[in-house]
Amino acid sequence: MIRSNRAAAAALGVTVALSLAACSSSGGKPQATGDTGAAAGKANTPRMTIAMITHQQPGDTFWDIIRKGGEAAAQKDNVDLQYSNSNDASKQAQLIQAAIDKKVDGIAVTDPNTGAIGPTIKKAVNAGIPVTMFNAGGDDAFSLGALGYFGQNEKVSGRAAGERLKKEGAKNVLCVIQDQGQQQLEDRCDGVIAGLAGSGKVKRVYVNGADNSAVTSTLNARLTQDKSIDTVMTLGAPIALDAVKALSQGSSKAKVATFDTNKELVGAIQSGDVQWAVDQQPYLQGYLAVDALWLYNTNGNTIGGGQAVLTGPSFIDKSNIAKVAKYAEKGTR
Amino acid sequence: MAVVAPPSTDDRVTHRSVTATLLSRPEIGALLGVIIIAVIFLAAAPAFRSVDNIGTILYGSSTIGLMAVPVALLMIGGEFDLSAGVAVTTSGLAAALLSWNFGLNVWLGVFLALLISLAIGAFNGWLLHATGLPSFLVTLGTFFVLQGVNLAVTRLVTGGVSSNTISDMQGWNSAKAVFASSLKIGPVDLSITVLYWVLFTIVGGYLLLRTRAGNWIFAAGGDAAAARAVGVPVTRTKVLLFMGVGFGAWLTGMHMLFNYNNVQSGAGIGNEFIYIIAAVIGGCLLSGGYGSVVGASLGALIFGMTQLGISYAGWNPDWFKTFLGAMLLFACVANVYVKKKADQR
Repeated sequence: MIRSNRAAAAALGVTVALSLAACSSSGGKPQATGDTGAAAGKANTPRMTIAMITHQQPGDTFWDIIRKGGEAAAQKDNVDLQYSNSNDASKQAQLIQAAIDKKVDGIAVTDPNTGAIGPTIKKAVNAGIPVTMFNAGGDDAFSLGALGYFGQNEKVSGRAAGERLKKEGAKNVLCVIQDQGQQQLEDRCDGVIAGLAGSGKVKRVYVNGADNSAVTSTLNARLTQDKSIDTVMTLGAPIALDAVKALSQGSSKAKVATFDTNKELVGAIQSGDVQWAVDQQPYLQGYLAVDALWLYNTNGNTIGGGQAVLTGPSFIDKSNIAKVAKYAEKGTR
Repeated sequence: MAVVAPPSTDDRVTHRSVTATLLSRPEIGALLGVIIIAVIFLAAAPAFRSVDNIGTILYGSSTIGLMAVPVALLMIGGEFDLSAGVAVTTSGLAAALLSWNFGLNVWLGVFLALLISLAIGAFNGWLLHATGLPSFLVTLGTFFVLQGVNLAVTRLVTGGVSSNTISDMQGWNSAKAVFASSLKIGPVDLSITVLYWVLFTIVGGYLLLRTRAGNWIFAAGGDAAAARAVGVPVTRTKVLLFMGVGFGAWLTGMHMLFNYNNVQSGAGIGNEFIYIIAAVIGGCLLSGGYGSVVGASLGALIFGMTQLGISYAGWNPDWFKTFLGAMLLFACVANVYVKKKADQR
């Protein structure tokens, strides 16, 4: 008994000593700073509750940026922001219903599938709750009764990417879809095809975006099987990084271009692993969707004059990466 | 040496106290869970206290409960069905794609979907019997097969990844009334799925506890060899139980189709575990031969209350699954503990 106590005490001592000695001088959690990137003042308007409901696939970094934008607006506007998500349309509809039941002061919602979610959004509008839409569903936003829409038109941004690929001389493009069933992603690939206008062919491949190793091995197999692929067009930042990994393992000389960004992707553009990214400014989407509700509730304003407010596309490449990198470090670009 | 007088009555037929009988019921853990969860959210979430919102909570529970009841019966019969979640999507897709592609009356598509769902159940049961493999493996296979079929067939037929709209086709409105209407009772908006769920629970509970088929289910799940030896048609019972899950998948799938206008080919994956969790919270043993239909429905109610309660309370939904896992462990431990205490009396 005594022996084991001593052993335990010794083990404890060693652990404490190790943990004291083993401090890393680099990396780790940064010292506390303003968390959402926009540490401005705070409105003195009455506190209101806004529900943000998205079709986020669990673990997709893109949505962290959207959420940060929403939280920044909430902090400034004295808003209690309640975030929830499901990439199953029927469950997302239930989350919207819950927000209606809760009688929130506003709903900011993405709409990847109007057939399934549209009726519930309409219900919210009919219940007198102001609704803004963002990121997905721009074509249906105003017929559903939303106050505004903040996002990019996926076909337009896909076309912009396709035109750029054409200029760069791409002949065989692999379009990587990471969540089978999302119309948005299909639209982007369609846009790329339209932008290339016949000067290059586009093939689609479906991968499971929630599993990085599966994405890497699928792409690896595809690149080995078809050596003539000269461009891998991914539709999300984590997928682009997987594509870079797949390329480093094989002999293919294909280039990588992508939609959307995150912190790691900015590094990959700086190092030249990824050529460029189509940026739709997700931070802005989240920020505006919440801020527009606050403006409406406190001053009756609407943004966009009955038209979608486009937050993209713009390109991030080596020429402008330095400016973006600073903000990406904070996780807001 | 003192001679102990033999007891005047056989101890197997002595009268047990009402509390002991009550506490040894398999659904007692789930009932405790329902009460505790309800109290927590009644205290924490103002929207949870409003009578108007009972309809939303019951609706969320009913879409799980419709499947939890047949899944619980199957588990009492000693088997799992991991394909139950995607089978719901298969059924919805079948009705939508068949109607759209061949220009059928929607009701005919609904009927064909029923046949397909029952056939999937029968196939699971037959394969289990023919191969002698555990149902965990057999249905895991079906799970992957159906997942692929859902995606591939949808793309072949529609060129997209979700079913096309069929709301302009003949029979849609009447079918929608049957599968996806809602009734207004006072301030409560009650979805028709809640009625089906209650009906399922009553029929399932009666079947299990009051009929010969119910005894067969318990016997087949408790000890299949012994059951066979006393003349229970074990194979037939199990095939029918799998077909029961198929029927539940059909009804749920039809609701999904008619309520949400289209079916996404990737939906339903992961729900099979939610059905199993509801059944286990409700007192079903993983080894079979023990459990309760009412308990499974209470498990579904716990799930529905938690899912919406977290949202009503404005808590961070990131923790939802953690909360659910803790609830599952609590219900299981409570089940075992209460049962042991009650049996000691």
